[in-house]
Amino acid sequence: MRWAVFGVLAALLPLVAGEYYINLASQIVIFAVFAASINLLLGYGGLPTLGHAAYLGVAAYVSALMHLKLGFDHWMAAPIAVLATTLMGCVFGLIALRAAGLGFLMLTLALSQVLWGTAYRWVSMTDGDNGLRGLARPTPFGLDLNQAMPFYYFALVIGAFSIWMMARFVNSAFGATLKGARDQPRRMSALGYDVWLIRWITFVYASFWGAVSGLLFVYYHKYIHPVSLSLANSAEGLLAVIAGGSGTLAGPLVGAAIVLLLKNWASAYIERWNMLLGFVFVFIVVFMPEGVVPGVKRLWKRYVSKT
Amino acid sequence: MEALRIQNLKKAFGGLPAIADVSLSVQAGERRLIIGPNGAGKTTLFNLLTGDLARDAGSIELFGEEVGRLATHNRVHRGLARTYQIITLFPKDTLEHNVALSLLGLSRTRWNTFGRLPSHFYEEARQVLARVGLESVAGRPIAEVAYGEKRRVEIAMALAQKPRVLLLDEPLAGLSREERAQVKGLINSVPRETTVVMIEHDMDTALDMADRITVLHYGRVIVEGTRAEVVADPKTREVYLGH
Repeated sequence: MRWAVFGVLAALLPLVAGEYYINLASQIVIFAVFAASINLLLGYGGLPTLGHAAYLGVAAYVSALMHLKLGFDHWMAAPIAVLATTLMGCVFGLIALRAAGLGFLMLTLALSQVLWGTAYRWVSMTDGDNGLRGLARPTPFGLDLNQAMPFYYFALVIGAFSIWMMARFVNSAFGATLKGARDQPRRMSALGYDVWLIRWITFVYASFWGAVSGLLFVYYHKYIHPVSLSLANSAEGLLAVIAGGSGTLAGPLVGAAIVLLLKNWASAYIERWNMLLGFVFVFIVVFMPEGVVPGVKRLWKRYVSKT
Repeated sequence: MEALRIQNLKKAFGGLPAIADVSLSVQAGERRLIIGPNGAGKTTLFNLLTGDLARDAGSIELFGEEVGRLATHNRVHRGLARTYQIITLFPKDTLEHNVALSLLGLSRTRWNTFGRLPSHFYEEARQVLARVGLESVAGRPIAEVAYGEKRRVEIAMALAQKPRVLLLDEPLAGLSREERAQVKGLINSVPRETTVVMIEHDMDTALDMADRITVLHYGRVIVEGTRAEVVADPKTREVYLGH
């Protein structure tokens, strides 16, 4: 019911908001898909990653390169980009899941940094620091997505489908095993579960949805730069999950909204907006260490029980 | 038929041998008690049997199949189940979810990434919990039930998998007299199709539950036999009483 209300409100937004806010909402939807894919690993798998921007960035670059350099139509380029990125996720998962905890974190960071460095240095392919320009948005069923409103609905439909698929995943029988492997990996092995394989499948699934967010990202911006693969981008996604509430479905959505609204609003008024972003995160961690969504739920329960 | 056959099993941590050289054989359907003072290597032996620890040398056969190279989860699929000395359950989840996870571990449904955990897993879990006398608290989170009930959930999770060999690591530890009687009754009710190997410190309670007893000391088997043989053996007295 709550999700239906949320969906209706999201669908009605362009009727009351101006172009600036519609574009901002599109960015929030894209970032929410990215954050939700990180949440699969961090919140449900207990696997903190600092390299998830790799999947967003690689899917965006592959799609852009195929479109610009090989002349592929978006409908050809998009599945190839997602497939290639997911295959990369398969290989990166084999490497990163040789460790857990901090080791896993460092391996994901190292792998993404290799790609970030490559995107910067392989100028003949990526145009280096200039980034790839001149991209056009797709035209699904002849629909022109160059205006803010149609693109918003396009992003919203794909974003809603992505979140729904991830929700099905974490609420499935497999999702129950994933949460078990997060909480008691040794016990899960003793119950007959291959904990490594559970994590690897989740890693690959998360890389798939990271790639989907990358496609939306490059369609929105019509431009891709190595910074999309950077540690800062991965960290922002991670912060969105932690701020919103890891291990919850709504958490990454709320976290994505917090990060992007702060970035956009605060940067318009405050020169050192990064500092404000930092203060807000400190505030959340101190007063709602479990994140905004579970924190608000807790406060609401307390209020109801008192009244 | 031998359910479990261990030959020349060795495990050292650094230079310290925890299991110096253990060979033992447990017949199918047998109740075997493993005793020994602290540091004798009892839990290490269990960890080697389940694959939680990798052996340095030796062989482990389960119903004639060498399983020493298999990962823990693969040994479970061959009929080996265990409980832990320190309770390792899922405290936020309900008792029935804990047992359902145990049932799911041996089912292909565990790979279903789209459909919810079918309700029959919960129905079966409630039946298993009824067997151990916990049906009335099946819907409560683990964190809200008493220690003795948690111990019974541990055993229920192992029994839910209908194991061929059940390893119980100090199942009576930390229980009151009444709880001990409940858990002891539960272990005695395990059908003979399941071989039970149990580590226990409380010898008064545990001795009469076993067909045969193995005494471990410094990672070696020093005495093995029936209750009368083990109690009469001077080496047992030496290990426990120091003379």
